[in-house]
Amino acid sequence: MIPFVTAGYPGLAATEKIVLGLEAAGADVIELGVPFSDPIADGPVIQMSSFEALKKGVTLKDVLGMVRRLRRRTQVPLVAMTYFNPVLQYGPRRFVGDALTAGLDGVIIPDLPPQEEKDFQAEARRKGFAVVLFISPTTPPARARAIAKRAKGFIYFVSLAGVTGARRKLPADLKARLTATKRIAGRTPVCVGFGVSSPKQVRELGPYCDGVIVGSAVVNKIREGLRSKDYVAKVAAFIRNLKGEHV
Amino acid sequence: MKTFLPDKSGHYGVFGGQYMPETLMTPLRDLEAAYRKMRRDASFKREVEYYLRSYAGRPTPLYFCRQLSSILGRGKIYLKREDLLHTGSHKINNALAQGILARRMGKKRIVAETGAGQHGVATATVCALFGLECHVYMGTEDMERQALNVYRMKLLGARVVPVTSGSKTLKDAMSEAIRDWVTNVKTTYYLLGSVGGPHPYPEMVRDFQTVIGKEARQQVLKIEGRLPKYLVACVGGGSNSIGLFHPFFNDRSVRFLGVEAAGFGLKTGRHSATLVAGRVGVLHGAKSFLLQDKEGQVKIAHSVAAGLDYPGVGPEHAYYRQTGRAQYAAVTDREAVEAFGLLSRTEGIIPALESSHALAYLPKLARHLKKNDIVIVCLSGRGDKDANTLSHESH
Repeated sequence: MIPFVTAGYPGLAATEKIVLGLEAAGADVIELGVPFSDPIADGPVIQMSSFEALKKGVTLKDVLGMVRRLRRRTQVPLVAMTYFNPVLQYGPRRFVGDALTAGLDGVIIPDLPPQEEKDFQAEARRKGFAVVLFISPTTPPARARAIAKRAKGFIYFVSLAGVTGARRKLPADLKARLTATKRIAGRTPVCVGFGVSSPKQVRELGPYCDGVIVGSAVVNKIREGLRSKDYVAKVAAFIRNLKGEHV
Repeated sequence: MKTFLPDKSGHYGVFGGQYMPETLMTPLRDLEAAYRKMRRDASFKREVEYYLRSYAGRPTPLYFCRQLSSILGRGKIYLKREDLLHTGSHKINNALAQGILARRMGKKRIVAETGAGQHGVATATVCALFGLECHVYMGTEDMERQALNVYRMKLLGARVVPVTSGSKTLKDAMSEAIRDWVTNVKTTYYLLGSVGGPHPYPEMVRDFQTVIGKEARQQVLKIEGRLPKYLVACVGGGSNSIGLFHPFFNDRSVRFLGVEAAGFGLKTGRHSATLVAGRVGVLHGAKSFLLQDKEGQVKIAHSVAAGLDYPGVGPEHAYYRQTGRAQYAAVTDREAVEAFGLLSRTEGIIPALESSHALAYLPKLARHLKKNDIVIVCLSGRGDKDANTLSHESH
């Protein structure tokens, strides 16, 4: 189970608490979204949380600082999700060094395909910092094999053509495509994201992959818990529920 | 010598590329392949030429501005009259060609982004002509500023989708159009309006706009028997300027001058002068210059001309800037509005506010001219759409 939260929504200190709560609820990896002004791969919910975090002035450097603080309290794997421009402005080489020092395990960059910024990707590889690659419904088999061969950390398997956001129905051929991807992935774990939001979906996908990424639905739970200020508990309960544990 | 830009991977030096989600990688590759095939296809070329001539009104005249040249004192100013085209701007050149490409690729649903509404209107027009379903994303801020164009698009049968995220202008409209494309990629053709975005768009849109420069080059040689000293054009995303500049790339004596929008003034931070005041960054699929803060968050651009109101710029311009092939300058809203009035009074031509930026640089340029130096200005669009905004401001 890989929940996603936007770092800095509703605040950086709150995100720290949420992360610890998610770990206690059984999250295996936690994805930390770095806010960006133009999140082209994200649907309305993560656009909103990203925008709110930006209003609080949250930066890539702040997110690395938070990871450093979290590392005193938890060893749960943490990966950042960021668009490429903040990394470019931070300095790609410096980012790899600082991220490793802070204790970040990898990074997901939705607008960076394997063929761009080869120096940065090679540097990350050399230092053992995972740049997670995607396979999507439009990726042809030959390209999928090439991506699988280069993949580090895990393969981010995009369930559907589209942006992030909860969907009631997932594509009918998803399981078949997952099975095919599992076959070429070798020992690299395959994790499914985009659209996944319910315990039933998680249960159904479970046998076909190594992990399920849930983003917008988690951010929605945070939003629902804002007024009553019990979002840490709400989100943790949601993760237990997704995992099929009764609370 | 022929220019080989971009390279095989879609880069212009360090600029350009395909910074896009994995879901769009294969559609972009398919688009590139389809475009390469069409480029070699004589019937495609014929069809585009036919519609440009008999539907859009090409070739456009190269007009000598006797009064304006005399007021400026030096230089012979020519206007490339893209404002006379059907739908009122150069945008139709690209929209027609891409529309024909989309139809030949078997796509029936078109999405586009628009700022001033000129590209939206051109796209809606082409979709009406070819019977394609048309969805135009437009920021609500721009919808208000360019209400007439919203009406025109609806009249042409397009759905105008209001965009309320971020700055509610062109940048966010483009993000929404990309989100639509990634969601409906199997059925949908993204008809991008400028020379930005991921490869192959900057190359393709440039190629479809070079008709401006090819015609201008022939016309000036016919009229004057020599090449111009300067080419001047406004730069927002940069399509009319690249269209004018590119065919002169190897004429090393011809200088390129791109004029950006300095808005309220470069010092105020409220402008759209990406090449003059921006830094290298990645937005909407390409590495280029970008208006951004030090953390890499994209800034909200400003210009009185909605069509220049974009914090990015096409990667080929970034390459021209870096290599010194072109120079870039910026003029303020006020200077552009003055030039808008000046051309109207002296030549009886009401220019678009976007094109007025290019005109506004002429007094500064005139100081560096000899009496007979030829200057070609791209009059990329007509100003009817702006009369409403300006008549309100002057009251």
